[in-house]
Amino acid sequence: MTPVIDAVRQLFMDLRTQKLRTFLTTFGIVWGTVSLSLLLAFGDGLYTQMRRSFAGLGDRIVIAWPSRTSLPFEGINKGRRILVTEEDLDLVRKESRLLLSISPEYSSSFKVDIGKKTILVDISGVEPEFGEMRNLVPQKGGRFINHPDMDERRRVVFIGNDLARDMFGEEDPVGKTVKIFSSPFTVVGVLVKKDQDSSYSGRDKDKAFIPASTFTAVTGAKYPDILIYKAKSPDMNQPLTEEIRGILGKKLHFDPTDKEAIQVWDTTEMFVFLDTFMGAFRLFLGIVGLMTLIVGGIGVSNIMNVVVEERTREIGIKMALGATPRYVLFQFLTEAVIITALGGAIGLAISSGICSLFAKAGLEEFVGVPVVTLRIAILTSSLLGFVGIMAGYFPAKDAASKEPAVAMKF
Amino acid sequence: MNIPFFRKKNNGGDGNGIAISMDNITKVYDTGKIKVDALKGIDLSVKNGEFVAIVGPSGSGKSTLMNIIGCLDKSTDGKYELSGELVSGFDKERLADIRNRKIGFVFQNFNLLPQITALDNIEMPMIFGRVPSSERKQKARELLAKMGLSDKEAAKPTELSGGQTQRVAIARALAMDPKVLLADEPTGNLDSTSGSDILSVFSELNDQGSTIIVVTHDMALARRANRIIEIRDGRIVSDQKTN
Repeated sequence: MTPVIDAVRQLFMDLRTQKLRTFLTTFGIVWGTVSLSLLLAFGDGLYTQMRRSFAGLGDRIVIAWPSRTSLPFEGINKGRRILVTEEDLDLVRKESRLLLSISPEYSSSFKVDIGKKTILVDISGVEPEFGEMRNLVPQKGGRFINHPDMDERRRVVFIGNDLARDMFGEEDPVGKTVKIFSSPFTVVGVLVKKDQDSSYSGRDKDKAFIPASTFTAVTGAKYPDILIYKAKSPDMNQPLTEEIRGILGKKLHFDPTDKEAIQVWDTTEMFVFLDTFMGAFRLFLGIVGLMTLIVGGIGVSNIMNVVVEERTREIGIKMALGATPRYVLFQFLTEAVIITALGGAIGLAISSGICSLFAKAGLEEFVGVPVVTLRIAILTSSLLGFVGIMAGYFPAKDAASKEPAVAMKF
Repeated sequence: MNIPFFRKKNNGGDGNGIAISMDNITKVYDTGKIKVDALKGIDLSVKNGEFVAIVGPSGSGKSTLMNIIGCLDKSTDGKYELSGELVSGFDKERLADIRNRKIGFVFQNFNLLPQITALDNIEMPMIFGRVPSSERKQKARELLAKMGLSDKEAAKPTELSGGQTQRVAIARALAMDPKVLLADEPTGNLDSTSGSDILSVFSELNDQGSTIIVVTHDMALARRANRIIEIRDGRIVSDQKTN
């Protein structure tokens, strides 16, 4: 019968004789644990969901629009239209040291015929790298536009998932033919459903994508409306933009410091903001949960104080028989920790239950899926352990410092 | 790992036949406003195998002396050796260990733990003394048998009579084979029949070689001892052998 077994035995005795008291104490810890772990789980779920939605636009890409100059340069007045060509992009590909990939995007609305149906669709002419940068993942059995498509100016089209339903209903669109500019295009792939909370020209689920070479050949377009690019590492996007402005400024004669000549939307900034904001938000949730847990801990501490008071005589007797102050300290500390651990285990189980119910509620798009992950479980458990030890320490210290001769007469 | 509340059993020196040796022991209770001199210089020597009764009116300091002999309290000044170990300088942890190994307590109000069985109560000091479980059980059963209570193994203290309870308490006091059996008014809560019954147990234990110190104002009990020490006002006023 070590102090641990002693503590367990005492605890069961308390459970029997002090049902309500022990229940309320444990309930305080259960409540605190549920609050803490659930708030952390919701914070994590929301963060994951927001990150995924952000990534719907693309994973840390830069979107650039060639526009008009805002600074005079080499004797030319400001306000000149900047037009970027395929050759200019080739130059960027050749000269840039930071670039991972770049794709032009030509876009326009066209009538598309599917059998007897005609609908107006936003169509973009893009290169194969576009798919990866913008997270356009094909559903099983399909593919995105590839290099042979580009080289041979094939008439192939990759369509958004909602568009696919509008066009073909429940049928599999891959391999089917649609008519764009009155010429037949083969559907090669359909977009996997994705969350996308930001866009620059409509959601991808409603759009269609064809090879840039095909687009220019069919429409005669020479200048891409948009450039999408990405650096070798996300933190290099900013210097990459400077580099591209330098290369294109030299070629197209505009001031490389002119922010308007080529306007950019660096989505990494969005991710940095998200990380900062959500970090603070999750910290806040964690603190709120921790406070609740601490209140539960204070409950345990109070009860332990009463228990120590009630057992003063027993403590005195045990000490007279040779129990050291450390043994007594350890026994009461263990009892507090067991109560806390019990409450914590119940609390974590309840949280997991709530989370799994929540996953079925279909609110994923708004708040994500809260999950009591291993990280949250470990974090909650260590905070619980800390609270339990703090709650038990002072009453236990009180018990251990009793004078046996006095305590026995209690 | 060194677990501090479990120490290896070590009975220390035997003090050359001297169980207790006190040299000018004083105890001052200082409440801040008033100082009370409970003990004013006690010199006391008890040999192994002696049966000593400490008597005196209430407030004489005999309880204080008993607490210091039993290592439940520390003296303010003076030297105290318990079977060869100088315990007057020990801290609380070491005093707990000394109580466990060298002192067996018997109290007026028994002080058994009410929620556990007689056998578990007897095992209690051996738990603190880190005696292996099987050995504990065997020893506890032997002691119960010695007290004539083999059939009360599983009884809770509340199910025993006063005399039986005190016998269990004596069995518990003997569990660690202490150097000194220290009893504080052991018959105070008993009727006269049970009381003389307990007295016989003490006499018997003394005949078998146990060193016994009894604090009492029951003269019937004191006369059983072979030495009576009388305390008044914190001093030993008489120290006589009986026949």
